[in-house]
Amino acid sequence: MSKMDSPRQSRRSFLAAGAGVAASVLAKPALAGGGNPANQPPNVPEWTKSLGEGVAVRPYGKPSKFEKDVVRRDVEWLTASRESSVSFTPLHELEGIITPNGLCFERHHGGIAEIDPVDHRLMIHGLVERPLILTLEELKRYPRVNRIHFMECAANSGMEWRGAQLNGCQFTHGMIHCVQYTGVSLRTLLDEAGVKANGKWLLVEGADAAAMDRSLPIEKALDDCIIAYKMNGEALYPEQGYPMRLVVPGWQGNLWVKWLRRIKVGDQPWHTREETSKYTDLMPNGKARRFTWSMDAKSVITSPSPQAPIRHGKGFTIVSGLAWSGNGKVKRVDVSLDGGRNWWPARLDGPVLDKALTRFYYEFDWNGEPLLLQSRVQDDTGYVQPSKAELRKIRGVNSIYHNNGIQTWHVQANGEVENVEVA
Amino acid sequence: MSKSRKFMAVALTACVLGAPALAGQRTDTKSGPRYHIGRAPTADEIRGWDIDVRPDGQGLPEGKGTVAQGEKLFMDNCASCHGEFGEGSGRWPVLAGGKGSLTSDNPVKTVGSYWPYASTLFDYIRHAMPYGNTGSLSVDEYYALVAYVLHLNDVITDQNFELTNRNLATIKMPNEQGFVMDDRATSEKSFWQKDPCMKDCIAPVKITGRAVAIDVTPEDGKKSRGVE
Repeated sequence: MSKMDSPRQSRRSFLAAGAGVAASVLAKPALAGGGNPANQPPNVPEWTKSLGEGVAVRPYGKPSKFEKDVVRRDVEWLTASRESSVSFTPLHELEGIITPNGLCFERHHGGIAEIDPVDHRLMIHGLVERPLILTLEELKRYPRVNRIHFMECAANSGMEWRGAQLNGCQFTHGMIHCVQYTGVSLRTLLDEAGVKANGKWLLVEGADAAAMDRSLPIEKALDDCIIAYKMNGEALYPEQGYPMRLVVPGWQGNLWVKWLRRIKVGDQPWHTREETSKYTDLMPNGKARRFTWSMDAKSVITSPSPQAPIRHGKGFTIVSGLAWSGNGKVKRVDVSLDGGRNWWPARLDGPVLDKALTRFYYEFDWNGEPLLLQSRVQDDTGYVQPSKAELRKIRGVNSIYHNNGIQTWHVQANGEVENVEVA
Repeated sequence: MSKSRKFMAVALTACVLGAPALAGQRTDTKSGPRYHIGRAPTADEIRGWDIDVRPDGQGLPEGKGTVAQGEKLFMDNCASCHGEFGEGSGRWPVLAGGKGSLTSDNPVKTVGSYWPYASTLFDYIRHAMPYGNTGSLSVDEYYALVAYVLHLNDVITDQNFELTNRNLATIKMPNEQGFVMDDRATSEKSFWQKDPCMKDCIAPVKITGRAVAIDVTPEDGKKSRGVE
């Protein structure tokens, strides 16, 4: 029996509800769907009879109280303290491609810096003609860009290298989010400062208690990086780097330095802790790949999944999932019902953007028999998401990062779903 | 009325002054226009924040510290998480040991077994340690701590060794040659295909592993920090 109670409805209540539905079909069809009959036809519920709260009673809106379980969660045994840890996006509850700001996964190295924007400064110095120091208000005076991009931690799915371990899409794939950023092209600021001819690398550094620092090659910095101050139209949330963060489209999340305070231009990389001790990928021969910045194409079925079982029984069934590539756009997604033996094209719906999440659907008539559900993406470079076996054949199981192998969900006859490995 | 006229006048002046400035600042075809927003930081401002260190020693501040000095500092500031010998307590990072483990089933990636450069230790401690109390140590104390952690890893064997801004960059780490550039484009070339297989791609599969059997998924309301 699964340890993962699905939000809103525990496994036990799910099973009970299932039994209830079966009983009601025989007795009172009107009761199908559960709940309180007093609120259902032919009766009229309380919310139809009396006035609700007025405007501005909720000056900043929140989701319905009935959605209280749609939240970020952490895996406490993963890390020694919550201040240097990770929480996961509840992908199994979300649709479309945009992640709500309050549900974007968190990864902090020294807790959330709570920064008064009046006191925040961004300094650009090193191999530049004109060192620069900016306030947030000054940053906002530079020409703006709006871009939708996914951001994935290189360690997303990292707990799954040795086999299926965590029973939920939130935990296996939830170190990812996708929002629309508003900010200033990094190129604009580097032009303002005037990078010298020998300026080949940037050190980017945060203002948090870990003062996270990473090296970024100048080619990427001048290509599509952004210094963002808005996400999904509003100010960055503190846990996402308020008042400003770096956006490095398609590249590992660790480079997207939050609470960005300093950019130093140099002629060599710095080999900081986060690009030597961490975020290097140990191969079977004992050598480690370094500077593995880009996130390869990957996809996952978000529903059904262990936290989002099939509750309706056999019949028309929607498989919903996400695909993305750090190297371009999603070209196609295929879905398998038999663990990767046969594949069927999925339908992409909604925007298909460069280095952004893309939503796919596969709709079919489920006969109620067990399934081994998989999804497989191909991006516009031709890269096809590998199986876990193909990935392990090259990389072994010690590399922690960049696990983009194909995920398998075992859908059981009762609609429950579990994370499995197949061979 | 007069307000808007004044605004118009200001805007026009800005345009007249701004246009040649934008055009004139192009030094080459690669760089864009300039906006003249923000100011130059003072030397003092840069000095206060310019704390990064590179493998070649660039960025190291003047200072010194010995292994013995570092041992006392380590016991007072670091050992509660990292262990007295860098062995790590609970889930906190292991700093020493792990030699020869990188090809094993349980690689132990420490300063001695894995880190390619000693400068990284200085840069990281100065940026982020002691955890929860960054910036509480002096430059000399950073040198002493780096010396002690290198001593824990047998990179420095002499207890009386004094680490300074002049000799740190000369220290060779055992695993410096243990890294290769990202080679996915060549070593994983087989992942690029024209048309992905759609039918009878592999033999029928069976379930070989189940997450529920491992039973480590968090349950809402159940706290389990510390379980390895």
